[in-house]
Amino acid sequence: MNTHLEANTSVSDIMQELSGQAAIGDFTVQQTQDDIFTLWICRHQLLQTLQYLKYQTSSPYQMLFDLTAIDERQRTHRQQLPDSDFTLVYHLLSFVRNEDIRLKVALKESDLSAPTITNLWPSANWYEREVWDMFGIVFTGHPHLKRIIMPPNWQGHPLRKDHYARATEVEPFSLSDEQEEIEQDALRFVPEDWGMRRHSENSDFMFLNLGPNHPSAHGVFRIALQLDGEEIIDALPDIGYHHRGAEKMGERQSWHSYIPYTDRVEYLGGSMNNLPYVLAVEKLAGITVPERAQVIRVMICELYRLASHLLFYGTFAQDVGQMTPIFYTFIDREKVFDIMEMISGARMHSSFFRIGGVAMDLPRGWEKPIREFVDYLPARLDHYDKLVMQNTTLKRRTQGVGMYTTEEAIDWGITGPGLRATGLAWDYRKARPYSGYENYDFDIPTGNNGDCYDRCAVRVEEMRQSVRIIRQCLDNMPTGPYKAEHPLTTPPPKDHTLHDIETLIQHFLNVSWGPVIPAGEASVTIEATKGLNAYYLTSDGGTLSYRTRIRTPSFAHLQMIPQMCKGMMVADLVSILASIDYVMSDVDR
Amino acid sequence: MNSTLGSPANIIGILFSVILVSALLIWVERRLLAVWQDRLGPNRVGPFGLMQVMADMIKMFFKEDWIPSFTDRWVFVLAPTIVFITMLTGFAVIPFAPGVGIIDFNFGLLYFLALTSLSVYSIVLAGYASNNKYALLGGLRAAAQTVSYEVFMGISIMGVVMLAGTFNLREIVEAQRDGWFIGPQFLGFLIFLIAAIAESRRAPLDLPEAEQELVAGFHLEYSGMKFGMFFVGEYLGITLSSAVIVTLFFGGWLGPGLPPLVWFCLKTSIGIMFFILLRGALPRPRYDQLMRFGWKVLLPAGLLNLLLTGAIVLSLHG
Repeated sequence: MNTHLEANTSVSDIMQELSGQAAIGDFTVQQTQDDIFTLWICRHQLLQTLQYLKYQTSSPYQMLFDLTAIDERQRTHRQQLPDSDFTLVYHLLSFVRNEDIRLKVALKESDLSAPTITNLWPSANWYEREVWDMFGIVFTGHPHLKRIIMPPNWQGHPLRKDHYARATEVEPFSLSDEQEEIEQDALRFVPEDWGMRRHSENSDFMFLNLGPNHPSAHGVFRIALQLDGEEIIDALPDIGYHHRGAEKMGERQSWHSYIPYTDRVEYLGGSMNNLPYVLAVEKLAGITVPERAQVIRVMICELYRLASHLLFYGTFAQDVGQMTPIFYTFIDREKVFDIMEMISGARMHSSFFRIGGVAMDLPRGWEKPIREFVDYLPARLDHYDKLVMQNTTLKRRTQGVGMYTTEEAIDWGITGPGLRATGLAWDYRKARPYSGYENYDFDIPTGNNGDCYDRCAVRVEEMRQSVRIIRQCLDNMPTGPYKAEHPLTTPPPKDHTLHDIETLIQHFLNVSWGPVIPAGEASVTIEATKGLNAYYLTSDGGTLSYRTRIRTPSFAHLQMIPQMCKGMMVADLVSILASIDYVMSDVDR
Repeated sequence: MNSTLGSPANIIGILFSVILVSALLIWVERRLLAVWQDRLGPNRVGPFGLMQVMADMIKMFFKEDWIPSFTDRWVFVLAPTIVFITMLTGFAVIPFAPGVGIIDFNFGLLYFLALTSLSVYSIVLAGYASNNKYALLGGLRAAAQTVSYEVFMGISIMGVVMLAGTFNLREIVEAQRDGWFIGPQFLGFLIFLIAAIAESRRAPLDLPEAEQELVAGFHLEYSGMKFGMFFVGEYLGITLSSAVIVTLFFGGWLGPGLPPLVWFCLKTSIGIMFFILLRGALPRPRYDQLMRFGWKVLLPAGLLNLLLTGAIVLSLHG
């Protein structure tokens, strides 16, 4: 066992605890650039260790935050790490300890299998299917180990290093009529495949295909519904229609040129998507971001949170059948985009953050429009309260619909407003402040019942808190550089380049090849618009990322839909979908 | 039975103006909603965008008249005509003004109720003939909703009938010379209004088409002018409901100063605008909530209204 670990008391706590457990056996500790305690365990210890961490330890790791894999076959910088072709990564989160733990399991190419953990965490179901789909690792005992993101007839496993990344690397695509027939047939929903019955004692069930083209599916999302009249007996969410291979692209783009791709992962959050990515790269590179850049980042993130929540608010009311609020919230959202246009030149996808800071300084006179907006919005929100939240019909449609408890939410990996609506006041910005959030004064709104209404109410209150944060940014914007003085800042501060040759060379390399980020691993999580968004980056010491894992909140949230809508009506499902607030690009990546 | 038929000029005039008004309503609704929603609405074709109606109609007429292969062909074609015809013939009994009207007969109110009930066949048959699951659900919802709300509609207007002592719409208007029935029959008015929205399947009670749930419900498979018939049928329904509300509760053509026909049109327009405002303002209840509200709230309230009105009428005229 390696013991060169930093003197972090709580981390050594869990290490001591695990060392004392005979059943868990030996493990190797890995040093990573983030502060997450990372250990390698053997495959046969996996279930016992996870069981211990979830149930037996005094302060348990309740949530399966992420489950993914890395194809290690081409990785060169693997000092002191156990031999592995494919590594499974289990990322657990503890609310009690307020810390994470990362477990890694080494697998050989000849024997790519691991026991399923769906009995421990129901949310592991989709994660394991994704890992199977992307890497071809078999989870023994998994109830439905089928492709989830790729089409059912896809050949190969895309995130393997030997799978092509660009269409130009293979023969031009063609689809014959027979092949099209076969593909169409493979997409057909067969209830028996999913253990659904076609009849009950008294009635024949109707199978309704809701989506991938349906006004309330919010994107290309399909749910196969098993209906008895209008009552939902069971539901089967089908995702993957919006898959663009964002993780694979991460392995083909330089660290710098990948930033605009992150904007499009959760396309309503704009630059907020940049933040976990650049924070993770900065962690790998060891860059400290100047204060002004941090405040600019926070301000822009909160503006985008407002934009995203405003869109949610309007569509939520619309899905319950209220026609007007969406036009009002879109007018407000438009004002956010006007501000973003003023700051960055772009509206929805501003890609404004850079490794080591932001793209440019704020324009002259930037305070005025932002201050006007934060003075204008609260009155509008009060108006919407009367229009939407206090409407009795809307309350009847959403209160007590799609309820879950805090325990269920944690078991299913629900984060963000959906978790806080159950009453748990846990906001990543407060629990583990990043980018200077500890300096701001704001509250964590919570709900009580964890129903559709509470999920909306929490978001409405979050908008007021965002306005508060933006006010504080306005009042306390520090002066100073908007970019770090660091060789890996990309592009580096321009003013030095014409004076000394070192920065000129640095500038040239960073923009032509891209910055060379030191080998290592780092994962950074942020409280994004829809829940916890994390980028888990593995660098092999090159200009490209070795593995970019994007943990998105919506992926976990959609998995809970069958649980939430059983026994409800079709109209309730629409309220539930609206209240989850997902974006399909965020689910499929 | 005492019934008089209006002159041919009357009949043709009313037919055309009713169709014209219904077509114009497309523009009125879009512009009004736009005003209430901080938007512009259609304002490009002709003055104030008025010719948008023509553009829409030309578009609908020239769209491919497509009947999907999986439908029940004859029923599919028949369904949209039913709503159009029943709503249009419903106007026959409306007393627009003294001397203006198509037919004046003693059971005018019952005739109106009968025709609105018939219009539900249009929706049910469309849902059935489309052979589409969403359309079927829409048709089922329409059947349950319309059949139930018909009951409350019938009960709600019995108070007016008691006060006026007749089913003849002209005599009901005349009976309001001393005061509109909205005062003594306020409860009846509310029930009738809600039932009228449900009967004409307008938002917020547009459950049979519920865009967010059933995509378009019963008319999902319809396109071109067949869809247009449903569309205009809906506007005819609003106009008819407003006209009947005005007749029963707001004194029909009665009013000071202006000519009777102007009064009638003015009151009916306000009624129509109120329908549009409701659509813009309210969310849609769930199907079971709508049914529960009908049978557990509207029905007892309607019966109570009936009992109280009966008791008062009896005690006054003993």
